[in-house]
Amino acid sequence: MDLLGFARGPALKVALAIFCLGVVWRIVGFALLRLRRDHNAPRRGVLAFLTGGLVTVGSRSWPHPEFIARTGAGEALGYSYHIGLFIVVLLFTPHIIFLGSLFGFTWPGLPSSLITVVSVLTLTLFLAVLFRRVTNPVMRMLSNFDDYFSWFITALVLLTGLAATTHIGGPYEKLLAVHILSVDALLIWFPFGKLMHAFYIFPSRAINGALLARKGAVS
Amino acid sequence: MSDATGALGADIAPEQAKTPQARVAGAMRGFAQEIGALSAFRLESCIHCGICADACHFYIATEDPQYTPIWKVEPFKQAYKREASPLAPLYRLLGLKREVTADELMKWQHLLFDSCNMCGRCSLICPMGIDVAALIEQARHAMFEAGLAPKELYQKAAHQRSTGQPEASAEPYRDQLLAIGQRFGVEIPLDKSDAEVMLCVPRTDIEHYPSAVAALARVMQHLGVSCTFRSDGLVAENYGYYAGGKSWQREISLRLIEQAIACSANILLVPECGHAYTALRWEAADLYGKPLPFKVRHVTEFLADELEAGRLKLAPAGTGKTTFHDPCQLVRKGGVNDAPRALMKAMGIELNELKNHGGFSFCCGGGGGVLDIERAAPLRYRTMENKLREIDDTGAQTFLTSCSDCRRTFDDAQAHFSWNKAPHSLLELVAKNLSGVGNRT
Repeated sequence: MDLLGFARGPALKVALAIFCLGVVWRIVGFALLRLRRDHNAPRRGVLAFLTGGLVTVGSRSWPHPEFIARTGAGEALGYSYHIGLFIVVLLFTPHIIFLGSLFGFTWPGLPSSLITVVSVLTLTLFLAVLFRRVTNPVMRMLSNFDDYFSWFITALVLLTGLAATTHIGGPYEKLLAVHILSVDALLIWFPFGKLMHAFYIFPSRAINGALLARKGAVS
Repeated sequence: MSDATGALGADIAPEQAKTPQARVAGAMRGFAQEIGALSAFRLESCIHCGICADACHFYIATEDPQYTPIWKVEPFKQAYKREASPLAPLYRLLGLKREVTADELMKWQHLLFDSCNMCGRCSLICPMGIDVAALIEQARHAMFEAGLAPKELYQKAAHQRSTGQPEASAEPYRDQLLAIGQRFGVEIPLDKSDAEVMLCVPRTDIEHYPSAVAALARVMQHLGVSCTFRSDGLVAENYGYYAGGKSWQREISLRLIEQAIACSANILLVPECGHAYTALRWEAADLYGKPLPFKVRHVTEFLADELEAGRLKLAPAGTGKTTFHDPCQLVRKGGVNDAPRALMKAMGIELNELKNHGGFSFCCGGGGGVLDIERAAPLRYRTMENKLREIDDTGAQTFLTSCSDCRRTFDDAQAHFSWNKAPHSLLELVAKNLSGVGNRT
């Protein structure tokens, strides 16, 4: 078996298995902890509780006007590279074909040249967020191995993908194998680190919003 | 990193002496008791973006990263990951998360108590939706179990737990209450066996703002509400809540709950005291173990309801340009946003809102027990400057609030900064502008 065959064969299967089991374990592991009943009488009813949760899932995507001056730029930077990642991962035709083989359906993609431009921009934003993490005193203090390794592994996937599509740095098959191996590594790392926030973000916002709505407070 | 208090490390009462091992064990026990699915989820969700710093007045005033709200629970985040998270066995096996030390906990006293008002502003900014303030409250519980609550809060909580009063007084509060009634010419209903509403009082009002106590009695009398104070459940504040002593908080809350039940009250009326509202409205039933057999209402909520029902009529207050400070525990953490505004509107007050108001209001700086912690004063003053500037910027002649601890914090700032404004009680303003005759029978 050649490197490419290994990367998209057994390595990918193992990586996907670790990813799925790990994600389930990370969620079940704390979801099984006790959930205390709140005996305090709510100000608002169940409908407000549910709508408060749903609204906060969306509204917390952007800071409240009171906070924008201090956080708007940082959040915009954060969202920009996420959008770039989504475009590259979900709208690059070879990715769509691969995901289609997993999910059983496909969708239209963007031209490769456009994906290349978005990849370069996203990589630039990745460098910007790394620069921000190491220069911003608050972020530097909070950061640990997880933050830097999660950054590294995601950036590596982007970089190897860019190399494979532009054929820079070696023969295509080898570059593709390295890219898929980096994806395998990302899938393996995913449940162990902060990349899990992809699964946590919406329920977390919903819970905060619902509990504040129960009290009749803003969220 | 600067340290505005100049006093990193713990300041504890002699009775809190413990070995380092006992402190760590206590902290872990205290924190473990709190770990449920909800708090675990909050701890799991942090992405280290640091955005919560930008909501915190302590960070904004100092730009010191140690005041980043989520950093204030860092030892407990580590402890959770090492001891209770889904990956805990892996962390322990590979030695990826070290054990929390007593020294670390002692240093964190400053971050969890001196530099956090538990105001909850950070919980509104987190893009992951983490209620950071809830985690800080849990961490305070752990610090209490470690014997690391600041001595002022610990001693007041201990005194309140055993006597009902946070501090000894020359005259018991009961007698002071009756004396206030005589002084202000208003009847103080006391120890009635049956009443629709049970009243309680902030000790801050008894000691510093007796006119607010008289105002409460006067308004209730005007409305013709059947009400009573109870000698065995007078004090609204709960120093157990401040100190992080959950079992003490429960005992202190139970004192009021039992008295409200004893007089068959339908409503336990929380006076102008923000944290008493949180403790009674949003936490007491959980500590009681079942729903309370009465409603808990803040006095402004109660009066706004009376206003809406047409039983309360108010005359124009003529306060000129007026602004209002929203107490965090009432508004941001309690949802009491509209009631004070309805009362002000009924008195013809055109409100000049602060730049940050309602749920986004900055804390006065004294909440969460910080006003009581002596060594925290320099940092507290520093964080207050922004708030005072916001108040000045409204150009208001009259400055109102509805929490006596906030009022006391602003009064203290007035003396410290030679500030030219004094906070006034919204309740007192209502009492001064009562109109017509209450029509309850």
